[in-house]
Amino acid sequence: MPIYFQWVAAASLAICTTGLLISRSWRWSIGLLATQYFAAFWLALVHWPLNMSATMLVTGWMSAAALGITHLNIKDDLTQETSWPQGRTFRLFACGLVLLAITASAGSLADWLPNASLPLAWGALVLIGMGFLHLGMTLDPLRVILGLSTSLLGFEVLYTFLENSILVAGLLVLVTLGLAFTGCFLLVQGEKAI
Amino acid sequence: MNAPIVWIAAPLGISLILVLLPKERWITYLGTFFCLFLAGLAFWLPPDTAQRLGSFSFKIDSTLAIFGRRISLTATDQVILILVYGIGGFWFFGTLAAGGARRIVPMGIAIIALLVASLTIEPFLYAALLIEIALLLSIPMLTEPDQKAGRGLLRFLIYQTFAMPFILLAGFLLSGIEAGPADIALISQAAILLGLGFAFLLSIFPLYTWVPMLASETLPYSVGFILLIFPAFSMFFGLDFIDRYSWLRDSANLSYILRLVGLLMAVSAGIWAAFQRHLGRIFAYAAVSETGISLLALSLQDRQISLQIMFYLLIPRALVFGIWTISITVLKTYSADLKFSNLKGLAREYPVASAGAILANLALAGIPLFANFPVRQALWENLAAQSVPSAVMFGVSTIGLWAAALRSLAVLTMAPLKTEWKLGETWSQRLLIGLGIATLLVFGIFPQWAQPFLANVPSIFEHLGK
Repeated sequence: MPIYFQWVAAASLAICTTGLLISRSWRWSIGLLATQYFAAFWLALVHWPLNMSATMLVTGWMSAAALGITHLNIKDDLTQETSWPQGRTFRLFACGLVLLAITASAGSLADWLPNASLPLAWGALVLIGMGFLHLGMTLDPLRVILGLSTSLLGFEVLYTFLENSILVAGLLVLVTLGLAFTGCFLLVQGEKAI
Repeated sequence: MNAPIVWIAAPLGISLILVLLPKERWITYLGTFFCLFLAGLAFWLPPDTAQRLGSFSFKIDSTLAIFGRRISLTATDQVILILVYGIGGFWFFGTLAAGGARRIVPMGIAIIALLVASLTIEPFLYAALLIEIALLLSIPMLTEPDQKAGRGLLRFLIYQTFAMPFILLAGFLLSGIEAGPADIALISQAAILLGLGFAFLLSIFPLYTWVPMLASETLPYSVGFILLIFPAFSMFFGLDFIDRYSWLRDSANLSYILRLVGLLMAVSAGIWAAFQRHLGRIFAYAAVSETGISLLALSLQDRQISLQIMFYLLIPRALVFGIWTISITVLKTYSADLKFSNLKGLAREYPVASAGAILANLALAGIPLFANFPVRQALWENLAAQSVPSAVMFGVSTIGLWAAALRSLAVLTMAPLKTEWKLGETWSQRLLIGLGIATLLVFGIFPQWAQPFLANVPSIFEHLGK
């Protein structure tokens, strides 16, 4: 795959993760999550065969669909965080800092991992870093699941350089779906509590 | 018949059936019976060993191939199978007194089965993925019906989930080290990732903040199960790493690091426990301190003694955690919550549950005649032989737990003078807590009964056991 296609996918990941962090509408968030899985699938194609990469994509979309369908039956939108800081400007600033740090370190990761190209390493680090940032700023169950899914997707992209076992791919599918179902369960529990 | 089907697939199937049963008592009885049956089967017919019953001969094969990988449960896993399914049976029977069978028993059996699978899968580093799936299954168990997920639960999910990717990455690097063991840079990178992974998995200081939070927001009996089973399997998983990689096993710093981390956990949690005003949080800190104590046991120079102490710690720990969490769950059903302000004088109305909570706390602090005393004594003695300051710090941790027990005792007995004594617990609660305390005493008086079980422990590990 030409390197600029990889850069397009990596840049899409940066846009999606930033959008996930600043979005307050659950519909946008779920849509961005699904787009994120598509970009990650694109990057995974560099090292994984189409069928294994497609598993990642389909699983991600199933997760997004499960979370979306569950949220359809819930009245409120993503809750506003009560703790400081909560503004979009601050979040954008934090995203900028994380992206800067990632850009500085992606080169050494690409050198360190066998067969890793720079856009792949950058994309994976963006997912991991922004997922961590997301988790550090929230206590809302849906946002926690979005943050965890983002971080784990980053690690999955990293594993594509290192491992192409079907069993690992299968177990990762279970983890991704399990996380989404856990999110659905927590959302429903929260709704019952209201 | 083969072992992964008997000890992994069958429990997963049974857990599905249990979810469908209409009555909680049926769930408890069937779950308990099934776990005890599996523990008994592991005792009588370990994998790859033939047994004769009348004219019939039985044998369970050890290996199952799935997706091109092997899952093996061998005869050396016998001790672990007996231990975990025995603990499971004991714990699930306790739901008769503590309640919550519908969410604890089916999920608990599935979690045990997945964690057993995590010990058997080849290559073993995929175990991290199975531990993660077990963790996700534990979420429904830890969620209070019709309540929003609390901070403790979300932190538990986040912290434990982070363990998986770090351990997997470390595992991939470790396979590179096997090819070129002289690569120092690669070894240090793998060690850092592995350390991070296990720090999340074992909730090493300061990553245990979720433990007291979780204990104060959900059913203590569910939390007790999680705090018993997950650290135990994480420890087995960690031992597997140490056993397999000679650079890790022979590292001069490993013992020092384990001792330092273990002391940090035991002392910090012991001191925090002494200052808590919530019975659930005291239990949580005591559980964290126990993880630290297991790490201290692992840090001992003599590997055989170290393994025996670590495994022996599990038996009284399971008993104590069970009695303690049943007792505080009982107290919680009769009180608004487990804050000291709401528990004043409750010992007059619920003396058995109060005694259970206090005695379990004291037993965990190593009071003589109770089951934890001999093993803590052995650990303390060996630790002192290695490093006197470490032994002193171990004492500080113990004093913290003692102080917590005495404070709880003061609060629970702080009733107005003319309050009459009553027996407010149900028969099953009195019976189970009473039996538990009696068992703690019996194991304390006859610690040698564990000897046949402990004799086989070193054989589980190919290199560490030698």
